[in-house]
Amino acid sequence: MKQSVQFRKGRGHHLLLAPYSVWSALFIVVPLVFIAYYAFTDNNFAFTTENITRFFTTKSNVTAADGSVSEVRTYLLIFMRSLKLSVISTALCLLLGYPTAYIMARSSDRAQKIMLTLIMIPMWMNFLIRTYAWMTILQDTGILNGLLSSLHLPNIHIIGTESAVVIGMVYDYFPYMVLPIYSIMAKMDVRLLEAARDLGCNGVSVLRRVIFPLSLPGVLSGITMVLIPSISTFYISQKLGSGKFFLIGDAIEGQYIANNLHFAAAMAFILMLILLVCMYLMKYFTNRHLYGGGEA
Amino acid sequence: MKKIIELKNISKSFDGELVLDHIDLNIYDNEFLTLLGPSGCGKTTTLRIIGGFEQPDGGDVVFMGERINDVPPHKRNVNTVFQKYALFPHLNVFENVAFPLRERKVPKAEIEEKVNEMLALVKLSQLAKRRVTELSGGQQQRVAIARALIGHPKVLLLDEPLGALDLKLRKDMQQELKKIQKATGITFIFVTHDQEEALTMSDTVVVMSEGRIQQIGTPIDVYNEPKNAFVADFIGESNILDGIFIEDKKVRFSGHTFTCVDTGFKPREAVDVVVRPEDVDIVPEDKGMLRGVVTSVTFMGVHYEVIVDIGGFKWMIQTTDFVDVDEHIGLYIEPDAIHIMEKSEYSGLYGDYSSFSNELDELDAPVDAETESEE
Repeated sequence: MKQSVQFRKGRGHHLLLAPYSVWSALFIVVPLVFIAYYAFTDNNFAFTTENITRFFTTKSNVTAADGSVSEVRTYLLIFMRSLKLSVISTALCLLLGYPTAYIMARSSDRAQKIMLTLIMIPMWMNFLIRTYAWMTILQDTGILNGLLSSLHLPNIHIIGTESAVVIGMVYDYFPYMVLPIYSIMAKMDVRLLEAARDLGCNGVSVLRRVIFPLSLPGVLSGITMVLIPSISTFYISQKLGSGKFFLIGDAIEGQYIANNLHFAAAMAFILMLILLVCMYLMKYFTNRHLYGGGEA
Repeated sequence: MKKIIELKNISKSFDGELVLDHIDLNIYDNEFLTLLGPSGCGKTTTLRIIGGFEQPDGGDVVFMGERINDVPPHKRNVNTVFQKYALFPHLNVFENVAFPLRERKVPKAEIEEKVNEMLALVKLSQLAKRRVTELSGGQQQRVAIARALIGHPKVLLLDEPLGALDLKLRKDMQQELKKIQKATGITFIFVTHDQEEALTMSDTVVVMSEGRIQQIGTPIDVYNEPKNAFVADFIGESNILDGIFIEDKKVRFSGHTFTCVDTGFKPREAVDVVVRPEDVDIVPEDKGMLRGVVTSVTFMGVHYEVIVDIGGFKWMIQTTDFVDVDEHIGLYIEPDAIHIMEKSEYSGLYGDYSSFSNELDELDAPVDAETESEE
């Protein structure tokens, strides 16, 4: 009796949240705890920091193009390579995605719907199929080179290069950059843009001084949503990089397949921490830019 | 006086609907001019055409002798205070006001000085570092005004700037805006649908309806000498009656021939007659020029609003004398209380209080709510 009274007093929304709370506890919190647990234990589940130190200290020899051999820290090298490719991909996504979102938000309702659909359609196809499609396009005897030949242009070798990996990542993650920026721009108050023009801004100034700062939260979530999956990707690099560019995702996958769960968890754990710190810093600086009033 | 803006034969349609129908308007230097009319009358469109946010379909916008139809907003020496202010949420109070100066690359020290001066003018000096989202409506309003004035425009456009404020604050801001206008000497073009606001603040009132200018004049002119039934009804309360102009200074309506002060109409011409509710005196029935029965009395604070049925036409009278419902009374009207207008397309549409309920409804609403909660 008492319970039903309390329920009526507005605890209903807590109960409605229950399925989601259980879901996130089971499938988000528990796995995270397991990753941390595995990262700091050895095969007998005794506490150790060895997995973590291994990530930073393992060394191996690499042969450069000129034949010289040098010693490198293996996993740091792999991590830096992942970071480089994902940062380039994210930057390209932003460079292409921002103007796309801007043009979309300024178009007629009809045009907006069409463009939105065009951006979403590839997302309905399986990720693997999209990546295979790029293989057929980019390979030496592929569609791209076929097209170049028919135009009597020299062929290019692109499959198995870092560029191919970047192309694959940009293609796959592009919608995740466009959509958050677009949704913020579409909601932007037109009167703010009119006010800026009224106060002496030409088109470029309006973009620089009003539209861009106001769209920063969208840019931030776009960057997050592209950077995180692209830094930990492994499939794209295997297919489009012809397995030549071992990324941190590949390393983690390799350790799991080799049943070396503790080291795999340690790598995942470190990657997660680094990303968290990056995200926090980005958010901190955006907030400062947004509300510190600082142009001076 | 020097003309600062001329609108010549301006027309504008949206989706095939004519919003401005060949508008001609001269705006003079130092003037506080109000565009007054109900929503959809074209007043905001007129303002946006002057600001450069809309292009007229036909006609010319002339600014200090120069045609500016094709000049974009940022190159016009005109600034706008937008409805709901349109402050930049990512900048604080100081930076909002400094916005136009930074665009012009004014030196830092000068910006500091000018912005502080402007913030002092609108009494916001202590709030310079505040986020604009943390301000009250009245404070946001002041920021918007400061931001629009800091570039010293020749003309300031204000689009219903007081609409979102509560009554008390609105009255204060009216006075303050008027003061700022006097102090800066900038021409203000003010858009509102509030006739009282228009009358208290303006040098010139432009009454608009259905995309056309109905009357241009001083507040006293448009109140005392409305040009047609629309203006008479929109500005203040009016009893508007069908009348016949007998001869100079003689007009017949409601079955009685009155002495008036108007001249210049044709003998036997059908006219509209306006009598303001506050200009009618209630007298004993046998002494009245007109006789009728009181149908309702509403206490308004300063006066009573009395509805009187005279031969089927309901008059509104504002009086400080108490009369009772169903009382038979006489009405006495001084010659100078009668205003005669030519017949227009608006004749017969306004000025009869038989269906007078719109304002009463509003007054009744909270009373109803109260009784309900008591049950």
